[in-house]
Amino acid sequence: MTTRRTFLTSSAAAAAVLAMRARPARAENAPGITDKEIKIGQTIAYSGPASAYGVIGRTEAAYFKMINDMGGINGRMINFISLDDAYSPPKAVEQIRRLVEQEQVAFVFQTLGTPPNAAIRQYLNDNKVPQLFVATGATMFSDPEHFPWTMGYNPSYQAEARIYAKHILATKPNAKIAVLYQNDDLGKDYLTGLKAGLGPDRAGMVVKEVSYETSEPTVDSQIVTLQNSGADVFLIAATPKAAAQAIRKAYDLGWTPERYIDVNAISINSVLKPAGLDKSKGLITGIYGKDPNDPRWKDDPGMNEWRDFTNKYLSATEFPNVFAGYAYGAAQTMVQVLKQCGNDLSRENIMKQAANLKDLELPLLLPGMKINTSPTNYSPIRQMQLATFNGESWQLFGDLITA
Amino acid sequence: MTTSSAVRPISASPGLTASRLGWSVLALVAISLPFYASGYHLYQFSQVLIYAIALLGLNLLTGFNGQISLGHGAFFAIGGYGTAILMVKLGLPYWAAIPIASAICFGAGFLFGFPALRLGGLYLALATFALAVATPQILSYKGFDAFTGGSQGLQLVKPHAPFGLPLNVDQWIYLVCLACAAALCVVAMNLVHGRVGRALIAIRDHPIAAETMGVNAALYKTTCFGISALYAGVAGGLSAIAVGFVSPDSFGLYLSLSFLVGIVVGGLASIGGTIFGALFIEFVPNYADQLSVYFGESAKALPGAIYGVLLILIMALMPSGVAGAIQAVLKLFAGKSRP
Repeated sequence: MTTRRTFLTSSAAAAAVLAMRARPARAENAPGITDKEIKIGQTIAYSGPASAYGVIGRTEAAYFKMINDMGGINGRMINFISLDDAYSPPKAVEQIRRLVEQEQVAFVFQTLGTPPNAAIRQYLNDNKVPQLFVATGATMFSDPEHFPWTMGYNPSYQAEARIYAKHILATKPNAKIAVLYQNDDLGKDYLTGLKAGLGPDRAGMVVKEVSYETSEPTVDSQIVTLQNSGADVFLIAATPKAAAQAIRKAYDLGWTPERYIDVNAISINSVLKPAGLDKSKGLITGIYGKDPNDPRWKDDPGMNEWRDFTNKYLSATEFPNVFAGYAYGAAQTMVQVLKQCGNDLSRENIMKQAANLKDLELPLLLPGMKINTSPTNYSPIRQMQLATFNGESWQLFGDLITA
Repeated sequence: MTTSSAVRPISASPGLTASRLGWSVLALVAISLPFYASGYHLYQFSQVLIYAIALLGLNLLTGFNGQISLGHGAFFAIGGYGTAILMVKLGLPYWAAIPIASAICFGAGFLFGFPALRLGGLYLALATFALAVATPQILSYKGFDAFTGGSQGLQLVKPHAPFGLPLNVDQWIYLVCLACAAALCVVAMNLVHGRVGRALIAIRDHPIAAETMGVNAALYKTTCFGISALYAGVAGGLSAIAVGFVSPDSFGLYLSLSFLVGIVVGGLASIGGTIFGALFIEFVPNYADQLSVYFGESAKALPGAIYGVLLILIMALMPSGVAGAIQAVLKLFAGKSRP
């Protein structure tokens, strides 16, 4: 709780910081850093339409609590302030300003969703506050040239599509490709990534691209159009409902191209079962994390670590939650950055170290997968491994592919 | 008339002087705020003023004229997007963009008023509800991508103070919002305390009697819809420049619902009550989020539930809104002091 006195001291500190910013001196520690504490801010959807993602914030808070129980980072405890933005851009701006101006956080971490992040990006970059590891796959957040204080985390949709393009070129160099894409930035990112991956000379390999709206009841007519193009490779860049319809309709029409499906639509329960497990056999996708529901990882050391953590700091119900597993990895990446910073916890150095991750391996990433960043590479996770569906589960094959 | 609170008798009753005093204090606090509040608080109070403008508009329509709208978020969105598109795509300054966008809102509201004539009560609520549901999807429709920026939204440059005034962006935007809110508040007061207001209230309370008295109900209702939409449009335009960003997610269904919550909490058919309604929809969700911490870290899913409980409590304790409660308290004192 903010008392009157802490409010006054923090306003005084704010004034002092503003006064200091004008000086181009050696970077001091960021606001929110003391010998005892590192203050981190976050906004996330704890209420509203996207509140299912709230588990990401709760998992990260639990992980930082564990780090504090183990003595913190260099003797500093993490004070993680995670506020509700209800997935609303105006609310996100308000809460971020509260975190930066009132709470005096050192930086913000894993803010969720494309629209809220787009709304706060300019403010954070103007004030040189690191916006680290944003929780969205939109490519726009890995743009060090224009937004040097903003960094992504998960593989971007474009990176994923480039990986599919690589695989198509390796296995079917003369393929004719048909694409079904959702008509928003998600679908368009896949289309852009696919064409970029094929290269400008081979963009003609995409013989037909058809979009759909999320409000359309079915995508049947799109599938018929795509089949008539004579394509022998089919990329489905869709969300669960349309993806399930596409798999089923193509199968029922007797169209049997090599099918690639985007990572948003690989849930066995909500996509492949409704489409028909038999009809889903042979689908190819890209995966980067270990799925806790997959029996293959039952005795995996990383999975055991995750199980112990959920039992002790969350609850057993969170163990199979893929969002929670995702947050676990992001929090570990954050802690690694703070360890690398040592005792120089200026905002400049925090950003510098975030862009200086070298071969970081995490327990819930696929074996051999490494996180790397650099001043020109703001996409921490760029590797994926292809997997094919055998009628029961996703089977990994081939090597890790870097986009 | 049962709901006579809108038409106050002109007399030197203690209620009136108290209300004058209240308004003066409020005005003093509001004008001096930029000179001691932080940027973050100014942003919050700009939001309060923006909501207050939208609530004024909705209250004219729902409180005074009895037409229930669950879709004012749609007009707010037209105002916001209109302003953003005029500024980003056509390079207009904000002081030209907001009035144009608001005029478009007036047109849209006026036209929507015609089908609304045939729909009463709950049916109108449903029709406007559909408007609120459809808006975010229409905004992300691919055909408009070139203008609306699709689901990525549009970024705006926040306006600086003109003539080299020594004010920062937050202070300036706050003062612009304050000026708009004050002007629109005066307009609304003049509107409802005069002939037009009596006609609007008469239509609400007894449409047939009103028509018999020579009130052109259709014209008044559609114009009221248009003016109400214009208020929402001004609010939307101010919101676009205050936030510096518009996207379909900025204008979801929840926004429309919170407007209705705002006028009911503030007090139906009360001009002064809108400021309390605006304070409620701006601050109570934040407090709900903070309160949820006391239920343990795992209860972070609770802000919605706490918000709901607070809302029920307020409705139970102040059935005619904050404005109604204040009036009741004033009457109580007035009654005691009377011989």
